[in-house]
Amino acid sequence: MSIDMEQFHQVFFEESFECLDAMETGLLNLDMGAVDSEEINTIFRAAHSIKGGSGTFGFDNVAAYTHVMETLLDEMRDGRRDVTQQAVEVLLGSVDCLREMLNAIEAKEPVDESRVAEHKKSLETELNSAQSTTDESESTPVVQEAVTPEPTVAASIEASVLASPVVWDIKFVPHEDLLVTGNDPVRMFRELAELGKLDVTINLEGLPDNLDGLNPEFCYLAWDLVLTADVGKDEIDDVFAWVEDECDLSIVLRDPVVVPLNNTDDTQALVLPEIVAPVQEVMAAAEEITEPEPTEESVEITDETTVIVAPKEKSAEKKKAASHTASIRVDTGKIDGLINMVGELVIIQSMLSLAGENFSTDNLDRLKLGLSQLERHTRELQESVMNIRMLPINFVFSRFPRLVHDLSLKLEKKIELKLVGENTEVDKTVIEMISDPLVHLVRNSLDHGIEIPEERLKKGKPETGSITLAAYHRGGNIVIEVKDDGKGLNKEVLRQKAIEKGLIADNAILTDKQIYHLIFMAGFSTAEKLTDVSGRGVGMDVVRRNIQELGGSVEIDSELGVGSTMSISLPLTLAILDGQSITVGDETYIIPLSAIVESMNMEEGQINHVVGKGEAFLLHGEYLPIIRLHEIFNITSVKSSNLIEGTVVVVDGLDGSRCGLFVDELLGQQQVVIKSLEKNYRSIDGISSATILGDGSVALILDIPGLIKLSNQ
Amino acid sequence: MESVKEQAFQEDKVKILSQFLSFKLGNEEYAVDILSVQEIRSWEPVSRIPNTPAYEKGVVNLRGDIVPIIDLRERFNLGNLEYDNLTVVIVLQFSFQDVTRIMGFVVDSVSDVVAVDSQIIQNSPNFGAKVSIEFINGLVEINERMLMILDVEKLFKLEGIDDNGDTESDKN
Repeated sequence: MSIDMEQFHQVFFEESFECLDAMETGLLNLDMGAVDSEEINTIFRAAHSIKGGSGTFGFDNVAAYTHVMETLLDEMRDGRRDVTQQAVEVLLGSVDCLREMLNAIEAKEPVDESRVAEHKKSLETELNSAQSTTDESESTPVVQEAVTPEPTVAASIEASVLASPVVWDIKFVPHEDLLVTGNDPVRMFRELAELGKLDVTINLEGLPDNLDGLNPEFCYLAWDLVLTADVGKDEIDDVFAWVEDECDLSIVLRDPVVVPLNNTDDTQALVLPEIVAPVQEVMAAAEEITEPEPTEESVEITDETTVIVAPKEKSAEKKKAASHTASIRVDTGKIDGLINMVGELVIIQSMLSLAGENFSTDNLDRLKLGLSQLERHTRELQESVMNIRMLPINFVFSRFPRLVHDLSLKLEKKIELKLVGENTEVDKTVIEMISDPLVHLVRNSLDHGIEIPEERLKKGKPETGSITLAAYHRGGNIVIEVKDDGKGLNKEVLRQKAIEKGLIADNAILTDKQIYHLIFMAGFSTAEKLTDVSGRGVGMDVVRRNIQELGGSVEIDSELGVGSTMSISLPLTLAILDGQSITVGDETYIIPLSAIVESMNMEEGQINHVVGKGEAFLLHGEYLPIIRLHEIFNITSVKSSNLIEGTVVVVDGLDGSRCGLFVDELLGQQQVVIKSLEKNYRSIDGISSATILGDGSVALILDIPGLIKLSNQ
Repeated sequence: MESVKEQAFQEDKVKILSQFLSFKLGNEEYAVDILSVQEIRSWEPVSRIPNTPAYEKGVVNLRGDIVPIIDLRERFNLGNLEYDNLTVVIVLQFSFQDVTRIMGFVVDSVSDVVAVDSQIIQNSPNFGAKVSIEFINGLVEINERMLMILDVEKLFKLEGIDDNGDTESDKN
C-alpha cells in the first residue's frame, strides 16, 4: 500500500501550526491559582494531535518530542502536578521549539538537533524536578531521565528507575469490532516493535468453532505480546491509546524491580507482578552495568553538564525562507453564498441569451431588466469574492499575548494586554503586511511607553500597565489602535533630539502632530532607543513606510505622563480603490479618492509666483504649491498649460503636506481594480499601480506622496 | 523496439532541432525561441508611462494583465518606423526564479517559424565596440539568410528591473 503521503503534508503542517497556536493561547490563559482543567485538556489535545500526525507521517523526532510534553501535560491534567509558572514557561519554550522543528521539516531542511535537545532537556528537567516534590508512587516512571548507573533495589523503586532489562507482558484482546473502527493491530505491533524487541504470540481461542458463523469483518484473534524494551508503561499505553475502548488490555511488567503503581485512576487492568527471587534482580542489575544500552536519552543525560547554545536568530531567518503555498481558510457560509450567486448568474445568463435569440423590440424591456440584474449580481459577486480574502484581525492580534507575556517578563514590567474588536475583518494582504509594523509599535509601547512598576506606583498609577490593541471600521478604512497608559511622548525631548540631529531648524515652528511625527523620521528612532528589545532592525520609519505602502496612514496622539495612542488607518482591501479619473492630454490617470481634499478652478488673482518659477495658491489660509502633472510626466499633448483653464486638485500626501495638482479635466469617480505594474514591468516614480478602464485600456493610478517627492527633485 | 529507440537517440545526438520564430526589423532578420512566445498580436495603442526611455512604449491590458510594450527597433537603435497594419507585437514570457514575466515587443513583421539544429548556431562574431551585440545569442544561416537569435533573458532586462525584485522604490 503505497500512498503518496506528501500530498497530506501541507494539511498536516497547517493543522499542526494551528494546534501550536491553540497550545500557546491555552498556556497563556492558564491562571496559576485556579487552573481550569478544560484549558489543560485543550492544550493536551493539541499536543496529542501533533504527536499523532507526526507519527503517521514519520516525523519521529517531532512525535518523540511531543511525547515528553504530553507526559508533563498529562500529569497536570490529572492533578498530579501543580501548574507552576516555570512549567508554563518551559512548555511555551517547547511550543516554539516544535514550531521551529515543523518549519524546518516543512522547508525540507535539517532540524536543528542541538536546539531540540536543549529544549527537550529542560522539559525533562521539569518532569524530574516535580517528581521529587510529588508523591513518588503516583508519578509516572519516566525512564529516560532516570537511568542511574548503580541500581540498588531500594533506590530504584524509590526513584521509579528501571535498571534491568524491562520485559512487559501485554495481553491484547480486541473486541470483535476493532477492525470495523479502522484500527489495525499490525500497525500497533509495528509501533511496539520500534520500542524494543517484540515477541508476538497469537491466541486463537476466540475463533468460533463453526466457521459458518464467522463474520469476516470481525476480529476473533487475541495476542500475547512480550516486549523487551526500556520504556515506561505510558509509552506502551500510547500505542494502544486509540483502541482503549475497543479491547481488553493488560500491560504487566514482568520484572519485579519496579512496580509501576502509576495511573491509579487508570481504567485498565493492572496486574501486580509476582515476586521473583532477589538474586535474579541482582544478576540482572549486574548485567545492566556491564552492558549499558546507550539509548538516545541516556546519551543526553551524559551531556547534561554541557550547555548547548543554539543560534537563535537562525531559526527566525529560516522561517522566512521557508516558502509554502499560500492558502486561506474560508468560512463555508461565505462559499455557500458565492455558489448561490453564481447560480443566479447562470439563470440571468440563460435569460439574456433567450432574449438575444429571438430579439425584437418588444423584448427590449426584458433585456434591460436582465442587464440591470446582471449588473447587480456582478457587483454582489465581486463583493463576496473580495469577502473571501477577508480574515478577522485576530490572526494578527493572537500573537500579541505571547509577545507581551515574554517581553514583560524580560523587561520586568507588569503589563495587561487588552484586545478589542478582534473579529474585525481585513484583507489577507493587509493582515500579512500589518503584523510586523504592529509588532514594532507594541514593542515600542512596552519598552518605552510603560514604566517599571515602582515608577508607576510613584506616579500614582496602577502597578500594572495596560496596552490596548483595538480594531474597528471607520468609513472605508480599518483603524488599528495601539494604546498604552505609559509615560507618553515628551514633545520637548523630541524637538531637542530633532534639532540635535539636524532634522529640523532651531526655530522651526511645529504643531504637536508634526513633532510626534518626528519619531517616524529615519535616523531618529534608533537614537531614541537606548534599551532596544526589538533588535529586528525595523525602525519607526520602516513602520510608517510599510503602512504607507498599504495606502494607510499613522496618527499619534499622546499626553505626557498619561500615555500615547498610535492609530493606523488602512484601506479595507488592497484590490479595489475608489478613484477619481482625470485627464492630462491624451492620458487618463486615477487619483485615489482618499488623497483628494478638494478640487477647484483657479482664478487669475489666486496664483502667486514664487521666485519666478514656483507657483502657489492660498487655500484656507495656507499657501500650497502647484504641481503641473504634465510637466512632471512630460506629457506633450496637454490641452492647456494655463492654470486658469484646467483644474487644480488639492491632494494630501499622507505626511500632512498638501499641494495642488494641475490637470486638464476631471472625469468621473469610479471604483477601480488595482493591477500591479511591477508584475511584468517595474515600479515607476509617482505611479502606484495601474487599472483597466471600462473600454479595456489601461489607466495609471497616481501615487500622491511619490508624486510630491518627484516634484521636489 | 529497443533498437528503434536507440537509433532515435543516436539521431537526437546528431541533430537537436529547436524551433524559432523569426521576424523582421528593417532588413534584418531576428529570431526568438518559439517556446518563449506566448502570442502574436497586432499593434494597439498603449498607455504611456511617464519618465521612461522612448523604447518603452507603455503598457496594455492583456486579458487583465498589465503588460509593457517595448519597441525593439528603438531598443536596438534601428530608427523609428510608423506603425502600420503589418506592425505586430510578439508577446514573450520569461521565467526567472519562479516569477514569470510577460512583455510585448513591437517588430516590423513576423516572418516564419524555422527549425534550427542548435549545433549549427554560431557565436556572434566580435564587432568591437561599435556594434552592440549584447542581445544576440548566436547567428544561424537559414536559406542563405542570416538570422540573429536573440537572448530572451536579456530582452527582459529593462533599466530598473532588478533580479531581486526590489527596484528603485526601495532606494527612495
